[in-house]
Amino acid sequence: MNRMKGLFLVTVSSMLLLAGCSSSSDKIKVGLNFELSGAVASYGQAEVQGIELAIEQINAAGGIDGKLIELIKRDNKSDAAETTSIATFLATQEKVSVILGAATSGLTKAQVPVANQYKVPLISPSATADDVTNDGVNVQPFVYRVSFIDSFQGITMANFASKNLSKLKAVILGDQSSDYAKGLAETFSAQFKSNGGTVVAQEAYVSGEQDFNGVLTRVAQMDFDVLFVPGYYQEVGLIIKQAREAGITTPILGGDGFDSPVLFELAGKDALYDVYFSQAYSSLDQDPMVTKFIADFKAKYGVEPNAFSALGYDTALLAVDAIRRAGSSDPEKINEALGSTVNFQGVTGSITVDKWHNAVKSAVVLEIQDGTVVGLQRVNP
Amino acid sequence: MVQFAQQVINGMSLGSIYALVALGYTMVYGIIKLINFAHGEMYMIGAFLSFYLITTFKLPFFLALLISMVLTALLGFVIERIAYKPLRNATRIAALITAIGVSFLLQYSTMFLVGADIKVFPEGFTNRTFNLLGVGISLKQILIFSVTAVLMVALNTLVNKSKIGRSMRAVSADKEAAALMGIDVDRTIAITFALGAALAAAAGSLVGMYYNTISPLMGVTPGLKAFVAAVFGGIGHIKGAMLGGFAIGLIETLVVGVGYSLMKDALVFFVLIVVLIVKPSGLLGKGGREKV
Repeated sequence: MNRMKGLFLVTVSSMLLLAGCSSSSDKIKVGLNFELSGAVASYGQAEVQGIELAIEQINAAGGIDGKLIELIKRDNKSDAAETTSIATFLATQEKVSVILGAATSGLTKAQVPVANQYKVPLISPSATADDVTNDGVNVQPFVYRVSFIDSFQGITMANFASKNLSKLKAVILGDQSSDYAKGLAETFSAQFKSNGGTVVAQEAYVSGEQDFNGVLTRVAQMDFDVLFVPGYYQEVGLIIKQAREAGITTPILGGDGFDSPVLFELAGKDALYDVYFSQAYSSLDQDPMVTKFIADFKAKYGVEPNAFSALGYDTALLAVDAIRRAGSSDPEKINEALGSTVNFQGVTGSITVDKWHNAVKSAVVLEIQDGTVVGLQRVNP
Repeated sequence: MVQFAQQVINGMSLGSIYALVALGYTMVYGIIKLINFAHGEMYMIGAFLSFYLITTFKLPFFLALLISMVLTALLGFVIERIAYKPLRNATRIAALITAIGVSFLLQYSTMFLVGADIKVFPEGFTNRTFNLLGVGISLKQILIFSVTAVLMVALNTLVNKSKIGRSMRAVSADKEAAALMGIDVDRTIAITFALGAALAAAAGSLVGMYYNTISPLMGVTPGLKAFVAAVFGGIGHIKGAMLGGFAIGLIETLVVGVGYSLMKDALVFFVLIVVLIVKPSGLLGKGGREKV
C-alpha cells in the first residue's frame, strides 16, 4: 500500500518536474547548519561526523530512488545571527529539501522563523529546550528534533536523584544564559519537589565564566545531598573540579551537556566521581544496530562516536526515511512525512514524532567514577 | 567567619590576576597617556605560549612561564614599534582606535592559527589543598600569590631603583625635558610596553594553570576588568593598579559569596562609578602630575 502510494507520488512528482522543466539536477540537496567553530563546536562537529557517515552509506547503497544526496555544509560559528542568515541562504539560494541543525536549542530557535517562512523542514539532532518545536499552544509546523526534550531530561534526573540515589536535598547551580539549562533547572526542581525532596538553593552563573570558587564556597556550607548542574561541558568541567576542591563530595548530576571529552580533561580524574548525566545514547549499548554504527564510525574516523554523533546519524537517517516516504524532494511533502513518523528505528532508540513535533523515546543515565563512564541505566518516558 | 576568610582567599587569587594585568595598563597610560586596549591580548597570547611550551616542548610550568613572559615582552615591544610609535604625535583618539584595532587583529589571528575552541591547559603538578583553621588554600592559589608578589616587588624595585626605572619616571613626568636630558624616549616607551606585556603574560599563564582552560577570546573580559582596576586605583599609579586589582577581585567574589552571582559585574562597575564620582582621579590618584 505504502509502496503503491510512494510509486504514485514519484510518478506524479516526476511529471510535475518534467512539466516545470526544472529537473536541472538529479541530486537531493540537504543543508547542514552547524556549530563547527565557537563555544559549542564540539557538539556540532560530532553531529556532522554522524550525518556525513549516514549519508555516505545511503549514497553508497544507491541513494534514494536512484538520486544521490548532496550535503551543503555551513559553519554558523555558534552565533545566532550567523545561524539565521545561513538558514535563509540554504532555503532560498541552495533551495535544499531539508535543513539539519543546529546542535543547541538557542541556535535552532534562531532558524525557526526561516523554516516556517520558506516552508523547509528543519530537524535538530540535539535541541532539547521544550519550546523549540512548539510554544505549548501551537506547534512550529516545520521544526522537528531527534533528541528528547529538556522536561524529560530534568524529570529523568530528578527521579534518578530521589528514587535511585535516595536524595532529599538538592542544590541547583545552572547556566543562566542558556535556554537549555534554564529548562532543565525548572523541570528538575518541579519533579524533585513533587517526589518529596526540597531544593535548598538555586544558584546561577553565566556561560564563559571560569571562577566558581565564590559560589561554590557558599554552597559548600549548605546542608544538601545532591548537586544538580544544568549547563554545558566548558563550564561544568570547571565547576566539577572547583566543587571537589571546595570540599563538595555529594553526587553531581546533569544533562547531556556534560557529554564531551573536554569535560573529562577539564575536571580531571580526581574530581570525577559520583557524577551522573542523562543522554540519548551510550556506546555501552549492545543493540546490533548500535554496535554496527560504532564499528562503521570507528572505521571512518578512527575514534569512538559520542552521543552527538549518534544523534547526528539518526537525524540524517530520519531525514532520508522521510524523503523516501514522501517519494519526493519537495520540502512540503517531506514535512508531511516527518510529521507522521512512527517507530522509526535509530541508534538512539525508536522515535515517534508526537503532535508537538517532539521525539518520544527513552533515555539513559550514565555514571562516571574515577574519571570514566562505568555504567548505564535505561529510563523510559 | 571561616566562609568569609575562604571567600577573601578566593577573591585575592582572582585579584592577583587583575592586578598583574592592571599594571600594564597603568604603566603605559602613565608614560604616554594611551589606554592600550590590546593589553588583554598580551594576557591571552602569554597563556597560549605557555600552553604550547608545556604541551609541545614538555617544559615545566615555571620555565614555560619565564619564556612566555620574555616572548610576549618581545611581542609587546614589536607592537609598540609598528603600531603606536608612528602615531606618537597623532591625536590620542587615533592611538586609542589603533589599540582597539590591534586587539581585534590579535584575537582573530590567534583564532585563525589555533582555532576557536577552548584548549585544556595541562596542570603539570598535583594540586593539593592545605587547611588553615578550616580555611582551604590550594597549592595553585599559593603559586598565584607568590608569583604575583615576586613580580610586584621586582617591578617596584625596577621602577624606583634602576636606571631604566629612572628614565621611565622621567619620561612620564615630562617627555620633552627627559629627551633634553639625554634620555632615549622611544626606547623607554618600548621597554614600558614590553614590561607590561610580560606581566600580562604571567597573569595569562597563571590563569591557564588555575582554571585549566584558555581560548582566543579569554583576554576580553579580564582585560576590561583590569582596566577598571587600573582606573579604580588611579590610572598611572603602580600601587593604585595593585590595590585596584585586589579590590575588584575581592568585590566580585564577595558579591557572589552573599548570593548575588548574576549581579557581580554590575556591582564592580557600580563601585567604579561611585569611586570616580567621589574621587575622579581614582583611589590613589592625586590629580595633576601622574607617575609611571
